[in-house]
Amino acid sequence: MIRYVLRRLLQLIPVFFGTTFLIYVLVWAVPGDPFSGKCGQAACPAAYVAQMTEKFHLDDNIFVQYFKYLGSLFTGDWGETFNGTSVGELIATSYPITLRLAVIAVAIEAVIGLTAGVLTGLRGKGFLDNLVLVSTTFLISLPVFVTAIVLQLALGSNGLGWIEASVSDDPGIGELIVPGFALGSLSMAYVARLARTSIAENRRADYVRTAIAKGQPQSRVVLVHLLRNSVIPVLTFLGIDLGALMGGAIVTEGVFNINGLGGLIFRGIQNRESATVVGVVVLLVLVYLLMSLVVDLLYAVLDPRIRYD
Amino acid sequence: MTDPNLVAGGGADAAELSRVDDSATGPHKPRSLWGDAWRQLRRKPAVIASAVMILFIVLIAIAPGLFSSREAGFSDLTHANEGPSADAWFGYDNQGQDVYARTIYGTRASVLVGLFSTLVTVLLGSVIGIVAGYYGRLVDSLLSRFGDIFAGLPFVLGAIVILTTFNAPGASPGAVTIIVQVVCSIAVLSWPVGMRIMRSATLVAKQLDYVKAARGLGASTPRIIFRHLLPNTIAPVLVYATIALGAFIGAEATLAYLGIGVRAPVISWGVLIADSRDYFRNDPHMLLFPGAFVTLTVLAFVMLGDGIRDALDPKSR
Repeated sequence: MIRYVLRRLLQLIPVFFGTTFLIYVLVWAVPGDPFSGKCGQAACPAAYVAQMTEKFHLDDNIFVQYFKYLGSLFTGDWGETFNGTSVGELIATSYPITLRLAVIAVAIEAVIGLTAGVLTGLRGKGFLDNLVLVSTTFLISLPVFVTAIVLQLALGSNGLGWIEASVSDDPGIGELIVPGFALGSLSMAYVARLARTSIAENRRADYVRTAIAKGQPQSRVVLVHLLRNSVIPVLTFLGIDLGALMGGAIVTEGVFNINGLGGLIFRGIQNRESATVVGVVVLLVLVYLLMSLVVDLLYAVLDPRIRYD
Repeated sequence: MTDPNLVAGGGADAAELSRVDDSATGPHKPRSLWGDAWRQLRRKPAVIASAVMILFIVLIAIAPGLFSSREAGFSDLTHANEGPSADAWFGYDNQGQDVYARTIYGTRASVLVGLFSTLVTVLLGSVIGIVAGYYGRLVDSLLSRFGDIFAGLPFVLGAIVILTTFNAPGASPGAVTIIVQVVCSIAVLSWPVGMRIMRSATLVAKQLDYVKAARGLGASTPRIIFRHLLPNTIAPVLVYATIALGAFIGAEATLAYLGIGVRAPVISWGVLIADSRDYFRNDPHMLLFPGAFVTLTVLAFVMLGDGIRDALDPKSR
């Protein structure tokens, strides 16, 4: 097990460097003057250009730049934007909001998706099964921004008036439920299908028959024996999804005017604030890689049949 | 999935029997996996419905003039922002353009982006996946980590970074340039999925006896890969490709909605949706009709993909 953890950690290292380097090159090595339009109508003063060139190491070649950036990153310094705002602080204000949104989305996925999947997996063919199949297919086909906009039109001030057009600067859980539903709707459909297949497969497994033969009550067979073994692929999916949703929240955050990482990165790109963009993407990639590691390790804890060697 | 005779025992048993008969009596050629799958597919109402929808969409993409009496550039400012009417089924946008005509003429670009993204993704993913799976060991580790680098980038985020790198905000690249860029950024961020599918299928297939036999008989590597491995590993990739085609049409719309994807002078569903961004709160028809076209097309491909998967997976019968 220790060896497996070490090997997985070692595998993460080249991926981390590769992805962040790719982003760094894409963002910084853009052809064109990085100072164009930074100082209003006039050209930037030479002193400013010199200072910024020094600060972002723009005179070095791209590899040296990248490693200098990583060096300061490992000391906890996320760098500064062109006008001197700390990227670390920017991230610190918007990160919790996106995290909250992603957690709510995953929670909604888990509750609704698992319930639908377990019910249809147990009942088998029938009206409910067809209903879930049709509705999941439909959800998978809806682009996230359509879901988000339709929800906002239907529940916003033009429709039922349940939600405001934009959420507050530091939104609570209540305000984030509808955006979370929009963000998680696609994955919710996958969770439901995954749980359904998994339950349907395991329902005829020997250990379930044994549990029934022992005379255990139906609820215990389903909740303890069947669910514990069937939920493993779903958990894997949910774990990785948490990482993916934080990066994928841009559209949802845009529609509902949420002040999260998505808005930060989008403004960063529009204004060519390279330090912000690289900072946020590095953070999101790190979260994604760590989540996939955690999920792999969880596997071993949940299913002792899986051996790592 | 809606025909009870098919999903219940009866249909499956009949299929089972006929297959047994085929191999036992011998005068007929035994049906292959593909022949079997084809027979399965033809009997599913959902598959037929989605195939009809896809044919319809393709027809619109090829000959939009058949479906709309108005040109895409038609504009009548006196009708600006009007809702759906007998005159213009989907209403007018803020510049008095007919949303229906534009949706019809936008089909071609959307379908092309989906088609080419899928082609590049699947080709790139399959080639790298089959090489990784076949050679194993160091090659496999290197290629897999290389794929992980691209898979680690969240899709929307990666696409935004790539597309804004090549087009500064506010730039207006030519029609062909922007379509190629969107196709490439979708493919660059998606090929690891195709690669993983192909790799795991290859890992299974290469252990099988017929591959060992072929190698024992002295078949060359290209022959083993193309004649023996590929026909047996293509099925899961095909299923992925069908569903991905739909998903990529959705992705095109999402990127355009963010203002970084396909843009005027090209007309696509995404462009229409992007144009409606600032107006949909008051004129939802500008967004909902092209949005519905995207959704229905994606739906058709997802249903077809699900059908093909069920047909190719003998376990599910």
